[in-house]
Amino acid sequence: MDRSQGRSGGIVSGTATAPATFTGNRALQIEEPLIFEMGQPGRCGVDLPEPPKVKDRLNGLRRSGDIGLPGLSEPQVVQHYTRLSQKNYAIDMGVYPLGSCTMKHNPRINEKVARLPGIGDLHPLQPVSTVQGALELIDRLAHWLKTLTGMPAVAMSPAAGAHGEMCGMMAISAALEARGERAQRKVVLAPESAHGTNPATAAALGFTVKPIPANDRGRVDLAALKAALGPDVAAIMLTNPNTCGLFESEIVEISKAVHAAGAFFYCDGANFNAIVGRVRPGDLGVDCMHINLHKTFSTPHGGGGPGAGPVVLSAALAPYAPYPWIVKDGDKWRVAEDDGALKSLGIEGTPLGRLKAFHGQMGMFTRALAYIMSHGADGLKQVAEDAVLSANYVMAALKDTMSPAFEGPCMHEALFDDSFLKDTGVSTLDFAKAMIDEGYHPMTMYFPLVVHGAMLIEPTESVAKEDLDQFIGALRSLTARAKTGTAAEAFKAAPLYSPRRRLDETLAARKPILRWKPSNNPPETDPLKQAAE
Amino acid sequence: MRYLPLTDADRREMLSVIGTKSVDELFRDVPASAVLGTKIAGLPDHQGELEVERAFQAYAAKNLSPASVPFFIGAGAYRHHVPSTVDYMIQRGEFLTSYTPYQPEITQGTLQYLFEFQTQITLLTGMEVANASMYDGSTGTSEAVLMANRVTRRHKALVSGGLHPQYRRIIETAAKWEGFGVVIGKPDVDGLEDLIAAVDKDTSCVVVQNPSFFGHVRDFAKLAAACHAAGALLIVVVTEVVSLGLIAPPGEMGADIVVCEGQSIGNGLGFGGPYVGLLATREKYMRQMPGRLVGETVDADGKRGFVLTLSTREQHIRREKATSNICTNAGLCALAFTVHLTLLGEAGFRRLAEINHAKASELADRVGTIPGVKILNDSFFNEFTVRLPKPAAPVVEALAARRILGGLPVSRLIPNDPSVENLLLLAATETATEEGMGPLVAALKEVL
Amino acid sequence: MAEVKYSEEHEWIRVEGDTGTIGITQYAQEQLGDVVFVDVPASGRKVAKGEAIAVVESVKAASDIYAPVSGEVVESNAALADTPGDVNSEPMGKGWFFRIKMSDKGELASLMDEAAYEAFVKSLG
Repeated sequence: MDRSQGRSGGIVSGTATAPATFTGNRALQIEEPLIFEMGQPGRCGVDLPEPPKVKDRLNGLRRSGDIGLPGLSEPQVVQHYTRLSQKNYAIDMGVYPLGSCTMKHNPRINEKVARLPGIGDLHPLQPVSTVQGALELIDRLAHWLKTLTGMPAVAMSPAAGAHGEMCGMMAISAALEARGERAQRKVVLAPESAHGTNPATAAALGFTVKPIPANDRGRVDLAALKAALGPDVAAIMLTNPNTCGLFESEIVEISKAVHAAGAFFYCDGANFNAIVGRVRPGDLGVDCMHINLHKTFSTPHGGGGPGAGPVVLSAALAPYAPYPWIVKDGDKWRVAEDDGALKSLGIEGTPLGRLKAFHGQMGMFTRALAYIMSHGADGLKQVAEDAVLSANYVMAALKDTMSPAFEGPCMHEALFDDSFLKDTGVSTLDFAKAMIDEGYHPMTMYFPLVVHGAMLIEPTESVAKEDLDQFIGALRSLTARAKTGTAAEAFKAAPLYSPRRRLDETLAARKPILRWKPSNNPPETDPLKQAAE
Repeated sequence: MRYLPLTDADRREMLSVIGTKSVDELFRDVPASAVLGTKIAGLPDHQGELEVERAFQAYAAKNLSPASVPFFIGAGAYRHHVPSTVDYMIQRGEFLTSYTPYQPEITQGTLQYLFEFQTQITLLTGMEVANASMYDGSTGTSEAVLMANRVTRRHKALVSGGLHPQYRRIIETAAKWEGFGVVIGKPDVDGLEDLIAAVDKDTSCVVVQNPSFFGHVRDFAKLAAACHAAGALLIVVVTEVVSLGLIAPPGEMGADIVVCEGQSIGNGLGFGGPYVGLLATREKYMRQMPGRLVGETVDADGKRGFVLTLSTREQHIRREKATSNICTNAGLCALAFTVHLTLLGEAGFRRLAEINHAKASELADRVGTIPGVKILNDSFFNEFTVRLPKPAAPVVEALAARRILGGLPVSRLIPNDPSVENLLLLAATETATEEGMGPLVAALKEVL
Repeated sequence: MAEVKYSEEHEWIRVEGDTGTIGITQYAQEQLGDVVFVDVPASGRKVAKGEAIAVVESVKAASDIYAPVSGEVVESNAALADTPGDVNSEPMGKGWFFRIKMSDKGELASLMDEAAYEAFVKSLG
């Protein structure tokens, strides 16, 4: 019998799962079919009036035959998605220490203001005279982003961080073209620890990516960087704080060397949350940086988007910011969407083009601005300090049992390698899956690539100390269990208590099933099928 | 500060465990010259909910809410009624505050709805596979062109003059900086454009929109055949996804890639974003798709489950050889889309489309009676183009002054082109009412 | 008896007359893990030594396959589309990738024999 109540972090007695139920359900965990397996003709979740009869004007292209959408009533729809929701881990449930992703608290006031009539329901192409408040709101957020980063300009339209990277690197291409050096500068330098988006972005724009090695302190090797800089280099793409959770202590020397070589400094702002309110990237010599609003400014992660990736730009790159430009003309806000409009407003600029329809992710702007206002100048600085303090606390509490990848202090995330698991038969993956059974979302695994079996823990500022202590206790217990040397099988069986156990990713990739079809019968062992029989 | 759980006592204790005296010591790698000595200039200290909400109400008060006035604007973003259930569902914390389903054992909720979403998209478009969504229709269209370039190993896109002008501009921007060729058609005001003769052995893809930006409904079967004969792909863009309830799907016309703006279903206008892009294609091009894909598999107990799959296309594995630099999708907007479409079902979705078409037909009939106004469309779904006897932009401003949001002057998106200066784009969805159409027609008569 | 040579990219080539059959080694398949997809080149494609002409993918990794010799692709292993696991179970048998009609057999001299390759793998630790 298990009396540990899950609090001690001790080993739960017995490894066998509870006996099967007749339905396949387990109390609050309800097995849920696909909507396509639930629908019935004659059911509908909306009531719409009979359409008036009109002569159709569809050019003879009326759809024939059924689309194949299932029919469900409203209560069925509510139950379906509620049950699905209960198969998800979320920030609202507990510690979500996914390094590099900044799973901080998402305040609900942000959701409320984004939905206010007059904000959430505006059409992007209403006459500009009818959306003056919306344009002012965007400009206000733009103002704070510029102020917080110490940069003179910002492009607001990119839809996500990766889109912002594209924007920033296009601006660099445009600036090089204006200097007549675009054909000559075809190399982008990026550390081996970079996010995968950096090389993907650079390559898409026709650059060749040259990796820059790290030194044994987990920072860019300055000598190697200097050796790589030359007349063929367009830019360096560098995350700071970097993906190892460390501040690039030689950042000023790096930016000086990059500029001296005629290249630009693209900063990946994924980790801006660690320094917001304390350090302005503009003071470090950054030329452009995207800001993931969902990381630093808490817009909801939403199961993978939507994001927003405004890009702050130095004076050298500001003229190339993409359309639209929101500008103040006397006491009126205007939107310049083409060269003629810029000219008529008397504004200098040679925008690189357009990246997205309309004006950017307004719904995310609203939430980010509400977050900035809620925290204020004092709160934002405290956010960065608490995030860094919490990560260092985790690092300090675990350094004797797990294996930190680098000597501290770290910034907002603590990076461990898998050397503490050597000869235990337990891998980083197994360790992470065991955390699931303890009620935690695992940390980021196997990233950055430069650290063997990497485990990147980012607690964020949103976790209470007692919850951090419990989390630390769970990791210490798991580590102790792994080190017994006899627990490999138990780790490999984990997780046991989640809605699903380990999934066969090889099968999924070898025989991709990417949609439901009437013929995709659930597997023989599917509990729903068994329950039906 | 309500969002920060650490107390000063906690902080002191944590510092003592770390073995440092102050938080400043943890920032010791930051060069002293870069440490901000003062608080952020001009930013007030933290505020309560009440103060924050008031500030946003003040912004809102300076705008004209479409809900309060007769409203007829479309042009790539459509005002539809979204059932209450949709917003309730997407605000559940388990969806709202979860992330990309990296750990499938504890994110089956997200994975299953994305699998259902992907299936819905294939059904709507008549295609074989769909991804888990793009940022929006406009960026998705540009990604589709890049995908066609990879599939065909060619580098010239032929873009219809019936494609949304901002979408065209985005493709041009990608072409300039990513290095491929693009030929853009003249604004296809009458819906008579024929691109077949322009397709050649260098063409990677032809990009068309249905219904077009100007509202025309076209059959692209012959164009598809011409593309395939020349080894090119046909990309069909749909900016009003409700039209797929009534119009033959692009898959039936022979499209190779279909991109839709999915905003109309489940997602509010939101001043332009976030929206949700839908991207579907043929199975044979599956591995050249950008974005996330969810696939079905089984778990260690043999139970059905879902995972992110075919990830080797993506930036975090393939890095500089990735199909796209995209990491995220529009997860929560995709959820809103799929919840709304599940509520509608077959019967509801088709009826919604019928109502939209009927409302727009009624509007066209009424506007067409105004002296000097000419409807340019023989065919349309819920949006059409009219030629006014004078420039449309000031007319729309005059309507706005009368508190009527009466369509989009085409010159807003295609400036400095005298041929479109007098054109007005009008849309009517199920939200249009008699109480709105009457004042629009009366006001138009007045200002023309 | 057919001659087998190895490249530093962990590919093998079995030479029979002018034709070489190419696949990846036991070591390579172990490093990759379960192979889920192999993209093989079309017959008739002319390739230069060192050119990336195929891709082998596992769930979490993708590797380019480089032509170890120059020539023309004369046959590809179509069966791998359905049974990519052959690369894991029989990397040097049923898991072959493609055959090249070599244009310069002299290029084989730059490749390793079995003993040299074994030593090379050992040196990787």
